[in-house]
Amino acid sequence: MTLDIVQMVLVTVLTAATPLILAAIGELVAERSGVLNLGTEGMMVLGAAAGFAVATETGSTLAGALGGAGAGLALSGLFAILTVGLAANQVASGLALTILGLGLSGLVGTGYVGMKRDPAPHLHLAGLSDLPLVGDLLFGQDAFVYVAVALVLGVWWFLGRSRAGLVLRAIGDDHTATHALGLPVRKVRVLAVLFGGACAGLAGAYLSLAYTPFWSPGMTAGRGWIALALVVFASWRPLRVAAGALLFGGATVLQLHAQAAGLGLPGQALSALPYVATILALVLLSLGRRQGGSLAPAALGREFTPHR
Amino acid sequence: MRLDLSPRARRSAVLSALSPVIAFAGAVLVGGIAVALLGVAPGAAFTTYFVIPLSEVWSLQEVALKAAPLALVATGLAFCFRASLWNIGAEGQFVVGGLAGGWIGVATQGAEGFTAWILPTMLAAGTLAGLAYAMIPALLKVRLGVSEILTSLMLVYVAELLLDYMARGPLRDPAGFNFPQSVPFDPAARLPYLMEGDTLHAGVLIALAAVIVATLVLARTLFGFEVRVVGAAPRAARFAGFSDARLTLAVFAISGAAAGLAGICEVAGKIGQLQPTISPGYGFTAIIVAFLGRLSPPGILVAAGVIALTTIGGESAQIDLKLPLDLTRAFQGLLLAFVLGADVLARYRVRLVPGGPRRTA
Repeated sequence: MTLDIVQMVLVTVLTAATPLILAAIGELVAERSGVLNLGTEGMMVLGAAAGFAVATETGSTLAGALGGAGAGLALSGLFAILTVGLAANQVASGLALTILGLGLSGLVGTGYVGMKRDPAPHLHLAGLSDLPLVGDLLFGQDAFVYVAVALVLGVWWFLGRSRAGLVLRAIGDDHTATHALGLPVRKVRVLAVLFGGACAGLAGAYLSLAYTPFWSPGMTAGRGWIALALVVFASWRPLRVAAGALLFGGATVLQLHAQAAGLGLPGQALSALPYVATILALVLLSLGRRQGGSLAPAALGREFTPHR
Repeated sequence: MRLDLSPRARRSAVLSALSPVIAFAGAVLVGGIAVALLGVAPGAAFTTYFVIPLSEVWSLQEVALKAAPLALVATGLAFCFRASLWNIGAEGQFVVGGLAGGWIGVATQGAEGFTAWILPTMLAAGTLAGLAYAMIPALLKVRLGVSEILTSLMLVYVAELLLDYMARGPLRDPAGFNFPQSVPFDPAARLPYLMEGDTLHAGVLIALAAVIVATLVLARTLFGFEVRVVGAAPRAARFAGFSDARLTLAVFAISGAAAGLAGICEVAGKIGQLQPTISPGYGFTAIIVAFLGRLSPPGILVAAGVIALTTIGGESAQIDLKLPLDLTRAFQGLLLAFVLGADVLARYRVRLVPGGPRRTA
C-alpha cells in the first residue's frame, strides 16, 4: 500500500517535471550555440493553444503535439530572423516573442476555452506496467514523458559525443573564431533556435493535451521562465537539466500537498513558492560557485555579424 | 542569396529616427492582414484603432490616462536598458508601489483634521516600495552575479500574489459584502482631478514631469553620461573608472522608483481603492514603449501615446467590431519585434548579395 503511494508521488513529480524538461532542453541547445532566447514562455503558451486547437479539430493527440511543436518552431523562426539574421538585441527580441506569443495564443485559443479532451493515452504493457513500485512509473506514462527522456539523452549524446555538437558548442563559445574557421555560425544558430522553439511548443502542447487537458489563457503560468532558470541552474548540462526539473517537479508536488493538507498558510504564499524557490536556487548556485568563472557559453547573448 | 550586414561608422541619424516609423507601418500592415483574416474590413479596423479614440474628448482623456503610467515606467526602464541591464520586473515594482501606498490610503480612511500629509506620504511610500523591490534583483546581481532578468521576472509573480492576498485578506473592506477590495480612499488620499467633472488626474502631470527630468538627467549630467557610455561601450566605461556595481544599483533604483510611483498614481488616481489586480500589464507594455521610443524620454512620451491609443482602440474594436482583445497584445508584440528588426537599418548597411554562402577557404 505504501509502495503505491510512493509510486503515485513519484509519478506526479515526473509529470510536473516533464514540461520543464522539454522546454529547458530546447533552450539549452539554443543557449549552447550562443543565442539567448527569452521567448520560451511565449512559444510554450502558443504551443499549448495551437496544440489543443489542432488536436480538437483533428481528433488526434499526435497531430496536436506536432501542431504545438510547429507553432513554437514558427515563432522561434521569427526570433531567428531578428537575432541571427538582423543581429537585433536578443534580450529585447525574446521579450517581444513572449508578448507576441501570449497575444497569438489568445487569438488561437478563443474558440476553445472551456472545452475538454481526454488526456493523452498512457502506455500499458501487460505485466510490466503492473509491476509494483516501478511498473506505472517506468511503463505507464504518456508519450510526452518518453519523448522528454529521449530528448535529454539525445541532446546529451549530441552535445558531448558528436562532431556536430562540438561545432555547436564552439560556435557558442566564440563566434568570431569559428567563423574564421569557415564554420557556418548563423546556420547552426538558426537550427539551434528552431530546435528550441519546437521543444518549447511541445512542452506547451504537453500542458494542454496531457497535464491539464484543456486550454485556458496564460496556462503556462511562468513555466517558460522557470525553464530558463533551470538552464542556468543546470550550468548548461543536459542531464542536470533533467535532475533540476525533477527537483522542481518535487517542489510543485509538495506545494500541492501542503495546500491540500491546509497548513494554515494562505494559498497565495504556496502559489508563490515555485518562483521564490527559483530565485533561491539561483542564489544558492552562485553562492556555491563564488570562485571560478561563469559556466555560461562565452558568446551567449552577444550579437554576431559576418562582415568580412 | 545571402544577407550581408556591414557596420556603419556612425549610426545613421535619419534612419534612426525613421526606423520606428517603418516598423510601425510594417506592424500595421501585418495587423491589417490578420484583421482581414478574422473577417473584418481592415479600413474600418484602422479607423477604430487609431482615429476614433483621437476624435472625442473623453477618449482622448482615456488615452492620456493609459499613456501616463506607461511613459513613467518606460522612462525609468530606459535608464536600465541603456546600460544593458535588464529589469523586466517593472510590473512587480508597479504592484508593490501601489500596494504600499494604497495601504496608507486604507489605514487613514476616516481620518479627521489635518489630512494634507496623506497623499504625499502615499506617493513617497509607493516610490520607495518600488525602489526597494527593484533592489532585490540589483543586489543579487551585484553581490552574487545572479541573472537580473530571471530574478526580476520571478518577483513579478510574487508581488501579484502578495497584492492578491492583501486585497482579499487583511486589507479587505469589512463592510464590503465580501467583495475582494479595500475600503474606498478618502478624497484626501486621492490624486486631484485636473478639471472638474473629468477623469484626467494629476498623475498625468507627474508622468510628464518625470519625462522632463529624465531627459535633462540623461543629456546634461555626468550620471546620464555614464549610463550612455556603459551601454554604448562597456570597455571604455571600465577604463574611465565607472563602477559597474554602483551603476547597476542606481539604474535599478531609478526604474523601480518610477514603476512604484506609477503604481501608486494608478491606485490613488484612477482606482481609488486596493483590488486583487491593479495593472493590466503596464510593466510589461512599458518595455515595448521604451524600445519604441528608442530609449529616449521624449521618444518614450510619443511611444506611450501610440501604445495607449492602440489599447483604447483595441477596447472599442472589441465592442464595435468583435475583434478579440488579444489582437492588441499580439500587435504590440509584433510591433516591438519590428522595431528591433528595423533598428538594423540604422546600425548596418544591409545588402542582399546574390549567390550562395560565402566561401571561406
